[in-house]
Amino acid sequence: MRILSGATKIDFMGKRKLALVFSLLLIVIALGSLFTRSLAFGIDFTGGTLIEVAYPGSVDLGGIRDVLEEAGYGDAQVQHFGTSRDVLIRIAPRPDRASAKISEDVLAALANADAAVEMRRVEFVGPQVGEELTEQGGLAMLYALIGILIYVALRFEYRFSFGAVAALVHDVIITLGVFSVFQLEFDLTVLAALLAVIGYSLNDTIVVFDRIRENFRKMRKGTPEQIMNVSINQTLSRTLMTSLTTLLVLMALFFLGGEIIHSFALALIVGVFVGTYSSIFIACSTTLALGVSKADLMPVEKEDKPVDEQP
Amino acid sequence: MNQYPAWKYLLIIVLLVVGIFYALPNLYGEDPAVQISAARGGVLADTIPGLVETKLSDAGLSTKAVETTDERLLIRLNNTEDQLTAADLLKDALGDGYIAALNLAPSTPAWLQAINALPMYLGLDLRGGVHFLMEVDMDDAVQKALERYSSDLRGILRKAKIRYISIRDKDDVLMVKFRTAEDRDKGMELIHKEYRDLQLKEVGEGDEYLLQISLSETELRETRKLALQQNITTLRNRVNELGVAEPIIQQQGDRRVVVQLPGVQDTATAKRILGATATLEYRAVDVENDVEAARNGRVPAGSSLYKHRDGGHYLLKNQIIVTGDQIINARSGFDNNTGSPQVSVTLDGKGARKMLEFTKVSVGKPMAVVFIENKSSTRVVDGETVVTNRKVEEIISVATIRDVFGRQFQTTGLDSPQEAHELALLLRSGALAAPIRIIEERTVGPSLGAENIEQGFQSVVIGFVLVLIFMALYYKTFGLVADMALALNLVFIVALLSMLQATLTMPGIAGIVLTVGMAVDANVLIFERIREELRNGNTPQASIHAGYAKALSTIADANVTTLIAAIVLFSFGTGPIKGFAVTLSLGIITSMFTSIMGTRAVINLIYGGRRLQRLPI
Repeated sequence: MRILSGATKIDFMGKRKLALVFSLLLIVIALGSLFTRSLAFGIDFTGGTLIEVAYPGSVDLGGIRDVLEEAGYGDAQVQHFGTSRDVLIRIAPRPDRASAKISEDVLAALANADAAVEMRRVEFVGPQVGEELTEQGGLAMLYALIGILIYVALRFEYRFSFGAVAALVHDVIITLGVFSVFQLEFDLTVLAALLAVIGYSLNDTIVVFDRIRENFRKMRKGTPEQIMNVSINQTLSRTLMTSLTTLLVLMALFFLGGEIIHSFALALIVGVFVGTYSSIFIACSTTLALGVSKADLMPVEKEDKPVDEQP
Repeated sequence: MNQYPAWKYLLIIVLLVVGIFYALPNLYGEDPAVQISAARGGVLADTIPGLVETKLSDAGLSTKAVETTDERLLIRLNNTEDQLTAADLLKDALGDGYIAALNLAPSTPAWLQAINALPMYLGLDLRGGVHFLMEVDMDDAVQKALERYSSDLRGILRKAKIRYISIRDKDDVLMVKFRTAEDRDKGMELIHKEYRDLQLKEVGEGDEYLLQISLSETELRETRKLALQQNITTLRNRVNELGVAEPIIQQQGDRRVVVQLPGVQDTATAKRILGATATLEYRAVDVENDVEAARNGRVPAGSSLYKHRDGGHYLLKNQIIVTGDQIINARSGFDNNTGSPQVSVTLDGKGARKMLEFTKVSVGKPMAVVFIENKSSTRVVDGETVVTNRKVEEIISVATIRDVFGRQFQTTGLDSPQEAHELALLLRSGALAAPIRIIEERTVGPSLGAENIEQGFQSVVIGFVLVLIFMALYYKTFGLVADMALALNLVFIVALLSMLQATLTMPGIAGIVLTVGMAVDANVLIFERIREELRNGNTPQASIHAGYAKALSTIADANVTTLIAAIVLFSFGTGPIKGFAVTLSLGIITSMFTSIMGTRAVINLIYGGRRLQRLPI
């Protein structure tokens, strides 16, 4: 079986201007949404209480809102979670009430109204913990990028390193953009997914770079642009194949993994699409724009080699 | 061409066998069990196993197995219903000295236990339970330390007839206002002599003669350390009350404590018990009256009967000498002269005065320390949950007063440094503790936990099977070989997680799923390279060789970069994210082995050294 028959000859680099415009458009939309609407941060970051309860049959949210109103939690957000029998209640942090007591109060009130209610999950995150997580998350992202920048610079060349990081920043911004535009909940697991996206996208980029390096050394003729095109085409079937297998398992996770893992899987699915695209167009175009040349990637000649061994 | 030396096959087979053995325990289920342990971490009495067995057989409960170690007794039962009945029965039968906790004991066969093969440890999101992150209010701890000093300072200044206007605490310092510079100098000298741990500084200008007093850096550190330690000790005692089989109480950073209680669903009770307070009282032992007579019901007026923690009864006077909140500090150490273990106690001004008054008239008489805890227990009676609160008072130490003392004194004659340490901890936990509050809670109900396991397992299996089918279709024989490597990879991940006893969480399962998807990448790289070599007109054997050789550096580069991301995740992440990072990193490492060496071994075995016209790839 083949996805692509034999060797392809697509002029990827020729379309890089078009891709650049497309990416810029996406980034502008993503950043615009991030600045105006921000992210729908989950309680992991904002602090607050989240309570998931289940009922034996489908349940009316209005009734639950009334019960909560009576218990003094009129500001609670109430929604169905997965099925019409599961209900998710979110309560913002309150300075006036002992934080740990909120969940107790709510559960007691709900049990009073309907004894069949079952506690599925309670999460409470204090505001200072939320702040720390946000800070740590940002730092984690930064350190991952720096670590990668250094590794790629050591293994390849600094231009490649900038190309790789440009692609990663592109992926992160666009994935975040999707979460912002659709106001999907951004919690700790999504942050983990985002870091996994960095890992995945990079994996993709490195494979292409590796081939570019090889071809720069091997091919005697051809401009950097042509060599990049050849390399991308040579690795294309692998790129598509790996993206496909990864997407397969992510789909399994998305559809079967349960509600909690939903946003995690979604972030990765978006990330795999964007990451595959960016390793071709963003990573390579950036490296090209920075003026990479054959001489930059030639292995350093050893000077003490005997003359007769040289070709 | 393309043949592997025998040692490589041997290595793969050995690893495979080890992997399978250590992954195996996960296939056996868990038994509902009741775990009996002594309340204060002591050794079980010899009579307990017999007593338990008679109690259970009297009630007509059949057990699967009863296992005894020095510290605990594990009773495996046939179903959860029996487990609950047995636990309630044993709680009543054994009394306060023992804890009967519900547990899920892995039913790993003995031969696997012998090689230390245990199932993976399931995280709270999979087994259900409570996770608390608690923070000690350190500002309050420091504030309280200062407050105690402030009443002391008033006392010594007054006694030395040094005139001052006021002593106020401001943030984390004490401010003493004097009338004259002369008074301030005298005060400073006196305070410096009495309290070497305090830092003194002259401040204020013109008519103001202020002395700023703060805790020294070492004293601050010590105060914080003690506050945290004291809270951890108290929490540990409380958790024992809850009867949780495998609780985790861990210090996190310099002011936080993680408490994990697997299997606990009643968070309300858990919070109440964890938040309960303890106090202690110093009382005089009533030596005029007979203990035995009191035990028979004739308790003399003005005295009460108390039980010692280690057995034995004492008659104590009702008058309290000093209470716990008057204790500033209690440290265990060694007597300078005899070298025997001791606990030295420091009281605040008020406590010191009362202690001095008492000891003046009581040298040679015994004095006892009573530890008072507010315990609450829940029990299901006729389907209703009944909460009973009771005050438990017991003597933790009885010692003879050797001398007249006030602010500072030592309790000697302790049997071991261990005992001294324990007594100091108890004295501190009975002292006024720095408040602790819950700053994060994650509770997962049992049904959600079970559902998470099921869904996680399902998505791993389906994702795995999809990839297997896809690879076999796309790469034919080579795809099947890659499938074998993938299965081996899964076995290795599970084996490693079990060996490390790492905690498997829902995000951890996601990490495994993701690894499955990404682990085939190495094989895709190799196989695409082989196809390319074939296209270029190379022979099948040369193509296999070149395919593996050329893909190697690419695979290494690609995996190292993913590993960097995983390690960053691990070092920054908390609980759930860590689980994801662990499985992802393990998966990357094992997949390198299985997809490069594993597949090569099989490919070599099939095609190595043969004359081939074409390859099924």
